[in-house]
Amino acid sequence: MSQSGTTGPSKEVRFREAIRIGMIEEMERDPNVFILGEEVGHYQGAYKVTEGMLEKFGERRVIDTPITESGFTGVAIGAAMVGLRPIVEYMTWNFSAVAFDQILNNAAKVRQMSGGQVHVPLVLRAPNGSARQVGSQHSHSMEHFYTHIPGLKVVAPSTCADAKGLIKTAIRDDDPVLYMESETLYGVKGPCPEDPEFLVPFGQARIAREGTGATIFSWSRLVHVAIEAAEALAKDGIDVEVVDLRSLRPLDEEAIAASVRKTHRAVVAYEGWPYGGVGGEIVDRIQRLAFDDLDAPVERVTTLDVPMPYNAKLEQHVIPSAARIADAVRRVAYRSV
Amino acid sequence: MDQETHLVLYRKMQLIRRFEEEAARAYAQGKIGGFLHLYIGQEAIAVGASEALRPDDYLITTYRDHGHALARGMASKTAMAELFGKVTGCSRGLGGSMHFFDVEHNMLGGYGIVGGHLPVAAGTAFASKYRDEKRVTFAFFGEGAASIGDCHEAMCLASLWKLPIVFICENNEYAMGTPISRTLAVPDVTARATGYGMPSDRFECDHVATVRDRLKVAADRARDGGGPTLIEAQTYRYRGHSMSDPGKYRTPEEIDQHKKRDPLSRSRAELEKAGLTDRLAALDASVEEEVAEAVKFADESAEPGPELLEQTTYKGAFAR
Repeated sequence: MSQSGTTGPSKEVRFREAIRIGMIEEMERDPNVFILGEEVGHYQGAYKVTEGMLEKFGERRVIDTPITESGFTGVAIGAAMVGLRPIVEYMTWNFSAVAFDQILNNAAKVRQMSGGQVHVPLVLRAPNGSARQVGSQHSHSMEHFYTHIPGLKVVAPSTCADAKGLIKTAIRDDDPVLYMESETLYGVKGPCPEDPEFLVPFGQARIAREGTGATIFSWSRLVHVAIEAAEALAKDGIDVEVVDLRSLRPLDEEAIAASVRKTHRAVVAYEGWPYGGVGGEIVDRIQRLAFDDLDAPVERVTTLDVPMPYNAKLEQHVIPSAARIADAVRRVAYRSV
Repeated sequence: MDQETHLVLYRKMQLIRRFEEEAARAYAQGKIGGFLHLYIGQEAIAVGASEALRPDDYLITTYRDHGHALARGMASKTAMAELFGKVTGCSRGLGGSMHFFDVEHNMLGGYGIVGGHLPVAAGTAFASKYRDEKRVTFAFFGEGAASIGDCHEAMCLASLWKLPIVFICENNEYAMGTPISRTLAVPDVTARATGYGMPSDRFECDHVATVRDRLKVAADRARDGGGPTLIEAQTYRYRGHSMSDPGKYRTPEEIDQHKKRDPLSRSRAELEKAGLTDRLAALDASVEEEVAEAVKFADESAEPGPELLEQTTYKGAFAR
């Protein structure tokens, strides 16, 4: 488990810029890297992640696509199979559902089906999870579907430094990597290392806040909500550790077990429905690796088990909140009021 | 077509047919499991197409892939070993009948999801264009795949980006057991080419030379920057969709009618007429020997071990 931070100079950027800086550095380093997706070029990105990239690299390497998620995902897979290193931007991860067959049956399986002759160095990236009142079809947390699939890797940064470090690692990886962003994080500012060799390895969690009384495991946007919950709990005298998993497949089970051995109490907080999913996987690892260290059953704080409603108050009711996370921590600490 | 070339192509077609007949026998003996989709009747397409390609061109096809792999140059023993699930198979026994891959010959796979390989094929063509290479991709599919979304998306993108690809619909009249009359409102698949803005060609696959010559035109166009072509090669499979299909949806008379137009028999008759009976006999004997050796090799080869599983799932460290 590593703390965030590097020794070199950092500069303050927004989350979307951190991703962009990482992609630009990799495209400058490797002519085989290119990006394709809807509105990535002339429109400058639906969420402005790719702003300026068309002007910098031209239409050969920053490629606008028609609305053909399955088609352009397949194109990226085929190009990767013969040595290119495509970055696919979906407007949101929701739309990857129509490319699911390409991801499940081609990206993840070509290597095995070919007996190891072919591999697929591919990055798929997009905002994931809830946004603000975008309704049931635009609010999915797709990591729960994709982490199930052997052959894929799934990462979900919460900080600007990790946004850069993980996208660069993803682009250099020889296997398909699914990189999950968050619309509500794009505008968040934070320090981002300027070192063009700053890479965040997969499978290493980060302690976002140290504590001794209980651990909240989280990733992506919910890390920030978990920290908010931890600050509230500190006022009640509960010293909470927040572990930002960053990488969901591979999962840093050593870091998970180590934190539970320290705090003896765990809450897993994330967006996504409660049935199965990454949260269920984390709870399984905790009970297998740290059963004797647990002082309370592990709790999960998830999106409620319904499609996302449009109504603003109902949406906030359905998404995991700092208050709901804090309540769960109080329960595992046997401090419920 | 000159006689020497014709003899070479005859041998390839004969090899594919005899290979598959022996595969069917091995399947009946329980030596091959799962699905086995035979290409018997359609051999002239794979062989003629391979003749229109250069060695560094890409070929991608469906689960009915034995013929394309053999035509492209995969060793028959490597192919048979894959059917037997042996580690000496082209995909080390992990792919099976539907997933033949042979990177050395740029045969980039047989795919089991109908139409799902067509965007991937557009991707290899995209890479050729991106790198400014003069490599063409041949993408094969059946008329049953013509209705699925990925077929449409692949053609939209290939045409929009003028990719060097030839889409080759092998219309064998049946999508598994369902005839064209119940799957396509417009039975002419190439009628769609107008909408995609790509040239097309539609022909009856009555001779291996026809296939080679017609596909060469499309390959040259793609290679010269003229973009994709949609081809419909009209053909017929004599066997069922797979080994589990007795083919009761069609009459023996219908099948016999098509067998009378069998391109392999036609090539043989032409070569006999040209006085090459002895050469044919020698080729047939060499095919028999090769197929028997392939079966023996497959039979005697070792099975893959579990140590292969994780290393063929990720190229890098296993992600768990």
